[in-house]
Amino acid sequence: MANIISDETIEYVGILAKLELNEEEKEQAKKDMGAMLDYIDKLNELDTTGVEPMSHVFPVTNVFREDVVTNGDGSEATLSNAPSMKDSGFKVPKTIG
Amino acid sequence: MSKVYETVIGLEVHVELASKTKIFCGCSTAFGGAPNSHTCPVCTGMPGSLPVLNKQVVEYAIAVGLATNCSITQYCKFDRKNYFYPDNPQNYQISQLYLPICRNGGVEIETAAGKKTVGIHEIHMEEDAGKLVHDEWEDCSIVDYNRSGVPLIEIVSEPDMRSAEEVIAYLEKLRLIIQYLGASDCKLNEGSMRADVNLSVREMGAPEFGTRTEMKNLNSFKAIARAIEGERTRQIELIEEGKKVIQETRRWDDNKEYSYAMRSKEDAQDYRYFPEPDLVPIVINDEWIAEIKARQPELRTEKLERYKKEFGLPDYDAEIITGHKKFADLFEATTEICKKPKKVSNWIMGEIIRLLKENEMDPEDIKFSPVNLAKVIELADSGAINSTVAKEVFEEVFKHDIDPDKYVEEKGLKTVNDAGELQAVVEQVIKDNPQSVEDYRNGKEKAIGFLVGQTMKAMKGKANPGMVNKILKELL
Amino acid sequence: MRLMSLTAVELGKKIKAKEVTVTEAVTAALDAIEAKEKKVNSFVTVDREGALKRAEEVQKMIDDGTLTGPLAGVPVAIKDNMCTKDLLTTCSSKILYNFKPTYTAEAVENLEKAGAVIIGKTNMDEFAMGSTTETSAYGATKNPWNEAHVPGGSSGGSCAAVAAEECSYALGSDTGGSIRQPSSFCGVTGIKPTYGTVSRYGLIAYGSSLDQIGPIAKDVTDCATILEAIASYDKKDSTSIARDDLKFTDALVDDVKGLKIGIPRDYFGEGLDPEVKEAVLNAAKVLEEKGAVVEEFDLSLVEYAIPAYYVIACAEASSNLARFDGVKYGYRAKEYEGLHNMYKKTRSEGFGTEVKRRIMLGSFVLSSGYYDAYYLKALRTKALIKKAFDEAFAKYDVILGPAAPTTAPKLGESLSDPIKMYLGDIYTISVNLAGLPGISLPCGKDSNGLPIGLQLIGDCFKEKKIIRAAYAFEQTREYEHSPLA
Ligand SMILES: [Mg+2]
Ligand SMILES: [Zn+2]
Repeated sequence: MANIISDETIEYVGILAKLELNEEEKEQAKKDMGAMLDYIDKLNELDTTGVEPMSHVFPVTNVFREDVVTNGDGSEATLSNAPSMKDSGFKVPKTIG
Repeated sequence: MSKVYETVIGLEVHVELASKTKIFCGCSTAFGGAPNSHTCPVCTGMPGSLPVLNKQVVEYAIAVGLATNCSITQYCKFDRKNYFYPDNPQNYQISQLYLPICRNGGVEIETAAGKKTVGIHEIHMEEDAGKLVHDEWEDCSIVDYNRSGVPLIEIVSEPDMRSAEEVIAYLEKLRLIIQYLGASDCKLNEGSMRADVNLSVREMGAPEFGTRTEMKNLNSFKAIARAIEGERTRQIELIEEGKKVIQETRRWDDNKEYSYAMRSKEDAQDYRYFPEPDLVPIVINDEWIAEIKARQPELRTEKLERYKKEFGLPDYDAEIITGHKKFADLFEATTEICKKPKKVSNWIMGEIIRLLKENEMDPEDIKFSPVNLAKVIELADSGAINSTVAKEVFEEVFKHDIDPDKYVEEKGLKTVNDAGELQAVVEQVIKDNPQSVEDYRNGKEKAIGFLVGQTMKAMKGKANPGMVNKILKELL
Repeated sequence: MRLMSLTAVELGKKIKAKEVTVTEAVTAALDAIEAKEKKVNSFVTVDREGALKRAEEVQKMIDDGTLTGPLAGVPVAIKDNMCTKDLLTTCSSKILYNFKPTYTAEAVENLEKAGAVIIGKTNMDEFAMGSTTETSAYGATKNPWNEAHVPGGSSGGSCAAVAAEECSYALGSDTGGSIRQPSSFCGVTGIKPTYGTVSRYGLIAYGSSLDQIGPIAKDVTDCATILEAIASYDKKDSTSIARDDLKFTDALVDDVKGLKIGIPRDYFGEGLDPEVKEAVLNAAKVLEEKGAVVEEFDLSLVEYAIPAYYVIACAEASSNLARFDGVKYGYRAKEYEGLHNMYKKTRSEGFGTEVKRRIMLGSFVLSSGYYDAYYLKALRTKALIKKAFDEAFAKYDVILGPAAPTTAPKLGESLSDPIKMYLGDIYTISVNLAGLPGISLPCGKDSNGLPIGLQLIGDCFKEKKIIRAAYAFEQTREYEHSPLA
């Protein structure tokens, strides 16, 4: 395997993706990711010099909305699935201090 | 021997745009409102929802770019900035990294040190986050997404500023330009203009920049000035102690006058930007730019000249009044009604500025309507009320935007011009103040002033002072 | 009368002719579900009450002449990644175990306007990540042709429900083959339209630049009819394309004379099951006999599509799935200490293995220092793949090949080796990268009696050409009902 994924990398990716893996899952993830990256490295066989990266397939541009208020009070719908709520807001663990 | 340090400052200024709706949905941007009332699936990151760009936002961004001498990126795109935080409902912010809408501009500022240009690296469009309220009782935070998706432009300056004074001048300049464009009301206290300060220090003359920190949570010009001083001192102390300044984001606590590192292991500051697949690129052709230019409202310099020419305002008055969009708007609207530019200008230069100072308010905080200011001017000018009463009435207008006509009527403040009525009061005053009458008759001219005052007092200020004087002299 | 063995259009005709009431049709579907779900598990949610109530409303609108379309009153199943107002929508994930959307996806709303009656939400690979429908948090779906085999994925529930005749037709979504591959495994027909043809508004995103909703049904006529109903320009989806050629049923013509069909040699190499190869080439011969001009050619770049796809799809997914964090909807971990711990526990407990695998890969390829090497490289590869197709379509009207290299594998065989599973999408994935339309329809069975799918790929906006070719081919065979039908 050409791509060796370190513990630090898995830890770091876990921070970015907000995922917490147990030891066993971590080992599996290291293996899986290494194997996938080896496979993805196949792209290096391709010479893509001068090729513009293509994010959209169609050259559609300038899709706009007019600046007109179309929505009314959305609080009931917005909060209807809230796992935890207080004072018409979403309750979360304290974010400061 | 102590070294001399130079402070190097760059600013990231976030401005909430004045569009009626959010950047990607048809929710209102109105300030306030019950928590989560201005929300929909799009601005709360509901699964399956998709953004659609508000055209007005692009036009405001272009207008600000043009007014700050930027070049407009004629093929621009949105990118996703990925980070987890509860005020960020999708856990990514739609912003611009690779192709921001404006680049390479600058504005001229003037301070005691002279004139200089502060470069603008770029201006990009992005969405605002929701609001977090911290609940001390329950040890939790509560999220309100009313602000989520409100359009922002972020104006990133070059590290061209060297002092708090320059920073304030730069911010004032930006604010004036943006307000004149009508692109934002730029209220620091309501958060519609916010500045993050990037600051580093270096020994005077050093060729390289020092390590910079970024300070957030600065919500007034005063806080910005204090934060700059505080951070400058902190960095110099570190350097003098032989320690290193760490590149990090710090939160300014204006009460403690100290900044705190916001670092945590969980904030990796690796935003994994990539092109937003849900939005298509924006192509801005020359015609569109020309159209926006043509629609551009009168900016300050033009207004200043016009005020002097059209209304005959003195240089100083015109400077002050055009120095704040709110003053200029008030001046024009009131003049339009009462057709007395000089009088309007006097009221702004006098009572209005005095009351703002007294109440520690910004011109942006003015709430009263030009109609009521015009009415006060009318009342005073026609002699219906005297100048003392006019000031009193205006204070009510300033505070509660009352209708001056009604107020004067109800309180019976109209100047009494009825000679008979005045005569009776004067006679009483003469009777009650024999000493002053005596003094006057003995040649003490000043004593008449006292008697006029007493009469005015008895009339609760409503008397016509000229008439009182005349009647007094006749009777004595 | 076995109502569920009819095609959607046939049933619609009977309802229109008052031979069948909407309630009878819906009850037939619900009864079929009742009878078969234990075996096939193609539904996450069955909305018995809602469907029966809706049946009466639709009947009234048919009776008073407000609903006249071919799908009025016909029961449909919707893949569980499309939002349905007040009806549970889980993406087959624990993290959305209780999520009731507050709005309905545009494509589903279009169907409702056409008088469709939604009977339930179908099982899928969790967040559409998988090719077997085994990664669902609500148990695997079984193949109606042989319950020891997978139905394919990720729209396995929709395809199995159609094949098992639990509904008249279904909607699926296709990010890398998720309509075409399970259609092929289940012996039904499915279309992945040109990107931008069906609104994505309300489709819970996996890979935003690749996702498309499409129809799954018993035959080409149904698929064309359904696609006509769901396709629309939607102002709520900025990537939606305004088209004026959406009358897909016009292409239901049994005539392929002069149609130029290209067969990419690269689709018939190593890894292709010989029985699949034979059936697909046989289909080409049938079309040739009907007057099409068939030619082999080199498409090139085929082996680069999968790695490019996994970089792009996983990167987008890592961002799209960030919103599932326990704050606004869905699952939240029961115990946690502080904000970040809540995020991590919620997501680690709420997502399954395959989803976590892809989120991690996606986060990695976008992370500082890797963006250019992986993400931009993949986008450049995508550009080259698009160009290869452009060149092919300059010569051919339709590209013909298999939908998948094999027939349906056995349950439990695929997940242990992800890369092997990913390779199963080799013929479908490049179509998504290039935004093209593709159709999969049955063209035979292997020696185990499992269906084989034929794939026809068209140039952008040329659905009509593949519909015509598919329709012409279909006229040469009978629809085969699965043993579970
Ligand atoms: Mg920003
Ligand atoms: Zn909204």
